[in-house]
Amino acid sequence: MSVKVWVSVATALLAVLLVPPLLTPGADSGESGQVRSLRVLVPNAPGGGYDITARTAAKAMEDADLLRNAEVFNLPGAGGTVGLGRTVGERGNGKLIMSMGLGVVGAVYTNKSPSSLLDTTPIAKLIEEPDIVVVGKDSPYTSMQQLVDAWKANPGTVTVGGGSAPGGPDHLAPMLIAKAVGLPPKTVNYIPFDGGGELLASVLGGKVAFGVSGVGEYRDQIQAGTLRVLAVTSGDRIPGIDAPTLRQSGVDVEFTNWRGIVAPPGISDTDRAKLVEVFTRLQKTPQWAEALQRNGWTDAFAPGDEFRTFLENENKRVATVLKDLGLA
Amino acid sequence: MEQLLDGFATALTPTHLLFAAIGVLLGTAIGVLPGIGPAMAVALLLPVTYGMEPTGAFIMFAGIYYGGMFGGSTTSILLNTPGESAAVVTAFEGNPMARRGRGAQALAAAAIGHFIGGIIGTILIVLLAPFVAKHAVDIGAPDLFAIMVLAFIAVTSVLGASRIRGVASLLIGLTLGLVGLDEMTGQQRLTFGSLHLADGIDVIVVAVALFAVGEALWVAAHLRRKPFTPIPVGRPWLSRGDLKRTWKPWLRGPVIGFPFGAIPAGGAEIPTFLSYVAEKRLSRHRDEFGKGAIEGVAGPESTASASAAGTLVTMLTLGLPTTAVAAVMLAAFQTYGIQPGPLLFQREAGLVWALIASLFIGLTLLLVLNLPLAPLWAKLLRIPRPYLYAGILFFASVGAYAVNADIFDLLLMFVIGVLGFGMRRYGLPVLPAIIGVILGPAAEQQMRRSLQLSDGSLTGLVNSPMAVIVYVVVLVIVFFPLIRKFLPKPAPPAAPARDREEIDA
Repeated sequence: MSVKVWVSVATALLAVLLVPPLLTPGADSGESGQVRSLRVLVPNAPGGGYDITARTAAKAMEDADLLRNAEVFNLPGAGGTVGLGRTVGERGNGKLIMSMGLGVVGAVYTNKSPSSLLDTTPIAKLIEEPDIVVVGKDSPYTSMQQLVDAWKANPGTVTVGGGSAPGGPDHLAPMLIAKAVGLPPKTVNYIPFDGGGELLASVLGGKVAFGVSGVGEYRDQIQAGTLRVLAVTSGDRIPGIDAPTLRQSGVDVEFTNWRGIVAPPGISDTDRAKLVEVFTRLQKTPQWAEALQRNGWTDAFAPGDEFRTFLENENKRVATVLKDLGLA
Repeated sequence: MEQLLDGFATALTPTHLLFAAIGVLLGTAIGVLPGIGPAMAVALLLPVTYGMEPTGAFIMFAGIYYGGMFGGSTTSILLNTPGESAAVVTAFEGNPMARRGRGAQALAAAAIGHFIGGIIGTILIVLLAPFVAKHAVDIGAPDLFAIMVLAFIAVTSVLGASRIRGVASLLIGLTLGLVGLDEMTGQQRLTFGSLHLADGIDVIVVAVALFAVGEALWVAAHLRRKPFTPIPVGRPWLSRGDLKRTWKPWLRGPVIGFPFGAIPAGGAEIPTFLSYVAEKRLSRHRDEFGKGAIEGVAGPESTASASAAGTLVTMLTLGLPTTAVAAVMLAAFQTYGIQPGPLLFQREAGLVWALIASLFIGLTLLLVLNLPLAPLWAKLLRIPRPYLYAGILFFASVGAYAVNADIFDLLLMFVIGVLGFGMRRYGLPVLPAIIGVILGPAAEQQMRRSLQLSDGSLTGLVNSPMAVIVYVVVLVIVFFPLIRKFLPKPAPPAAPARDREEIDA
């Protein structure tokens, strides 16, 4: 008897603890202009870039009363293309959006995904995050020029580490730099790490000659002086980081990682307009401004059609690089 | 030291104590469910803590982390269904113990092992944080590969009586480990064009399928032939003999676990496996391994817990997440505008020391809550076998689905489960297959990374002192039987190893 009691108590406890966070809250009525019960698909694991962007945006929107009942859920897999496949499959669903970014563009090629981002309904580009070219404090390289000279002389032994798999932002950036300085991308000895964190250890320990990664995870180390930034990949310098841009260092490349929001294909014009509208309003809220500042993101808002044009161009650019490497 | 006491003062306030208790309970509850690991738990609960002040939130997260690591072992032992990857090894001996009516002892050995491993690990955080911060980054791919080689040598001790069957099973595991996108080049391997296979097969899905589903099918196939006997529930609590056998493994665990947790790409799977092998070699009851040796539960559990502590060191001092949970916690820190890294101990000293103090408190709470529960949990096994296995299959399915909320994983689990049934039918041990899935991809990645770093030169594998030392150890182990022949007094032959998986349906 006591066994049964315990089993039921344990089951009830589990249900109480676990069911609420796992279930979608039901729709309830709200004022007009507000979007209600929106599901946000995150195509990578909790803690990843798209995840933080989605959760931050959803929270800012709820705080600013633009949105009610946002449910952020993760469907990771294959560099985001599993989630993309799901989004494209949900044709006409105006209550679903997907958080995405540059990484998904490349993953479509490397994973030979049947769905492309061009199949989706672009809602808005939200943020940009520049990459940095970084070495440990004991590295022999003190300037981009020095690094490029050594790299050109010996592309095999000047190893470059990045926090993303082939096709991802940290992989594309060094390939674009190599192309710009006249190195064939195929000669680049790129070593992928499982995220910026694992790469950080290899840069600090001097295992790789230099690293290319998003600036976010590295700020503290840079401030502590254990890392040296040789260049930032964005068009402008980054406040708080004492390093020139690539162009200022004589490398004609401008590259930023970006993230945005897309919706399934074939949604109604009303739904589309509503979603674009809510993100346009998000961008003006103090909550969002505060979130940008906290995460070190650059505002790069581009709504609807503007985002579509941008997406098409990025798609071409990524395809060119990956074709050189035999990955697309 | 004074700061630590301040930390205790902060962590011992009623509110924070409550957060720690909630975290530990939630973590245990979630860890018990297969598929939802501590990483997912922290991510799910992240929004809940938005309104809280950071110290309280992190005390809760630390509780969830340790609780989740612990909860995973409960299902591992009772249902042969590991709740998360650090608990896979615990099932090796824990489940046979449970089936022999020693479930309560296995759970108690796990709980105390977890407590001791965690406490020692946390003490090491306090003592070694600056040292680890300085040297964790010196461990590179060649060193990790050398450790993988050592682990592969150790695999021989789980192959079972028939070497050929053991190796066949290992190869099945290595093949499963090959599936997915090649990380170095982006080429697809054995994915058959399916995006669902591009990330490879999760070790949890393989473990749950081979252990739980395979066994449920096997039991179902034999249910009618054997008379129904419920699993005996022996007396609870550890006997003096048990304690004698477990105290050394408990203390050895942190030695293996803590450094692994602290190094990049270390994790908990490989150290728990190494601990298992080490305990098997060192045990006086080697013949009991495979049939439920308590050392095989105590050692790996203590190791897993200490590795969780090691992970926190690197995350706090370097801002470097070495496991998925640490990555989520790092993200959580960042949402509070706190950047873990070399400056954290100066900038947020109060928070860090309160967090460390709460680790001690959380571990104590875990032990206090779970030790009395062990006999109760163990009674679960009294449920008649058909219902018990139906329940196991249900939990296994929930778990496989929960990993990615994807039907595909469920299908995959049943396919591999059928494979597990076939392996049992033909006497292939399942342990080597699991080890293959864990070690194969890790070894491949580290070897290729080493070679890439040295631009293809083989010297890249041995160009660090640590790698050389590990290889020397490997050589000594390999050639020890040869050397022993020339020693004056030969040791008695090793006890006969068990033959094929013990199935007592």
